[in-house]
Amino acid sequence: MAETIIYAMYDDDDILKDGAKKLVSKGVKITEVFSPFPVHGIDPIIGIKDTRLGIMAFLYGLTGTVLATVGMRYMMVVDWPMNIGGKPNFSYLENILAFIPVTFEFTVLCAAHGMAITYFLRNKTLPGMPAQNPDPRTTDDRFVMEIRTDENQKFSLKELETLVKETGIVEFDKKSRE
Amino acid sequence: MSMEFSIPNKAKKVTLLLIIIGAVFTLLGIALNYESHHFVTRLLSSGLVNAFFFFALGLGALFFLALQYATETGWYASVKRVIESIAGFLPYGMGILGITLLIITLMDGAHIYGWMDPDVIDPTNHHYDELIAGKTWYLSKGFFWIRTIIYFTVYYLFLNGFKKRSLEEDRIGGTELHFKNYKRGAMFLVFFAVFSSTSSWDWIMSIDVHWFSTLFGWYTFAGMWCTAMVVIVLTVIYLKKLGYLERVNDSHIHDIGKWIFATSFLWSYLFFSQYMLIWYANIGEEVSYYMMRVENFQALYFTMFVVNFAFPMLILMSRDSKRNTGILSLIGVIILCGHWTDVYIMITGGSLGANAHIGFMEVGMAILMAGIFIRVVLNNLTKAPLMPVNHPFLDESLHHEI
Repeated sequence: MAETIIYAMYDDDDILKDGAKKLVSKGVKITEVFSPFPVHGIDPIIGIKDTRLGIMAFLYGLTGTVLATVGMRYMMVVDWPMNIGGKPNFSYLENILAFIPVTFEFTVLCAAHGMAITYFLRNKTLPGMPAQNPDPRTTDDRFVMEIRTDENQKFSLKELETLVKETGIVEFDKKSRE
Repeated sequence: MSMEFSIPNKAKKVTLLLIIIGAVFTLLGIALNYESHHFVTRLLSSGLVNAFFFFALGLGALFFLALQYATETGWYASVKRVIESIAGFLPYGMGILGITLLIITLMDGAHIYGWMDPDVIDPTNHHYDELIAGKTWYLSKGFFWIRTIIYFTVYYLFLNGFKKRSLEEDRIGGTELHFKNYKRGAMFLVFFAVFSSTSSWDWIMSIDVHWFSTLFGWYTFAGMWCTAMVVIVLTVIYLKKLGYLERVNDSHIHDIGKWIFATSFLWSYLFFSQYMLIWYANIGEEVSYYMMRVENFQALYFTMFVVNFAFPMLILMSRDSKRNTGILSLIGVIILCGHWTDVYIMITGGSLGANAHIGFMEVGMAILMAGIFIRVVLNNLTKAPLMPVNHPFLDESLHHEI
């Protein structure tokens, strides 16, 4: 069966939020919302799970800490013990204070870059990737709600249309896909 | 809606018990050590540690209150009365700290403030110390007391003003008082920026009279801010547990938890910055401060640092733990002990060095002061409705969601 995707456009985030609440309470599954800025409190309404980016950030940071420690230990202590400011590097632990700023910076570097790249990949928004949003106006002042018929088998397309049109939309659009 | 707080009988009993236990321990400590050589210095050092630590809790809360006014913050409005009540300990804290400093001054420094001893600035005396003699324009009893009285007066006047306007706002509302608070908050921060540094030089850094660090004021201030945030969250959790502050939600507690997390980092960062620079430069007169502490308090000093840094970092990192009142309370109490140890080593490391011990006297005074502190804060909470009525950002605060 062909799948139909409904795009409901709003010009205000509060109206969209109220509409989403109404639709969800009737059992409609909303796939996605496109907006020019983060709409506060929309995630729990349409059932988006909490982001796991924070966990990844911690892991990237840990990677940075470990890489910096292993790298500096090899370079500054094992391979060629350096004597800086009258503090010879015979042991890493004894001179750990000197290595902490670099470890800190490298941890931040890895966490920040890891997070940014993960974020782009996960959203499919790396530079040069095709745009995902259904309408360019969602990057300006419009908000679009996406509803798929195959995720809402208990409603007919007609029923969905009437329900959506009751929520204060400014434009309605649908697209069929095999 | 009942918003008036009255001290539960259980809390009355517990604080009284703390005060009695503290007093008994202190007397026991005095009796056990009365004969020992460093008795007076130890007694007054212990007094200074505890007077300063609890005074700093009140001052940290006053600073935080002024910061909220100056930045026109919204979320904190529903916990404002808690902050005001903790800041309201300040007059008591100033009284106790003032008496301790006065006794020390009358005893010519009591080997705590070496520079108060007239021998060290008398060129004919064999204790004459040229370095201290060169600093007498700043480190003299008279100027020390002028500064101390100025700090106390300014803190007291601002505290009084904030408290008065807060209650007035409840009655008349409007934005005029709000903008006055905004200006006074900013003005307080200007005074505090200078006084927080100079007062920590006067009261603490001058114990190690030959040593100085420009970071010292910030370091002391960071510890003060962190502990004040811990006390704020503990009080909010306690009141919520009793059924008060029902409009304060998880998001408020989460936000205070974030402040604990952030200020713990601030403190750790300043600890490390001060320590690492002095260690790296390795200049005799600078490292003496850390030599003294690392040699005499090695385990305690580094345990204190790890506790104050790693515990909040690892445990309070996740969102869930900052919303969990059990975890917050546990970490809060642990880092309160950690920061008390920090103040203890800052002061006794200079005054007693190798002769410092934590015994009945130190713990007893801490418990005694804790009892007084909790009782005063709870008593302050009864004096005003727990929820402000006309704060212009109250509505924002009640709908706070993060």
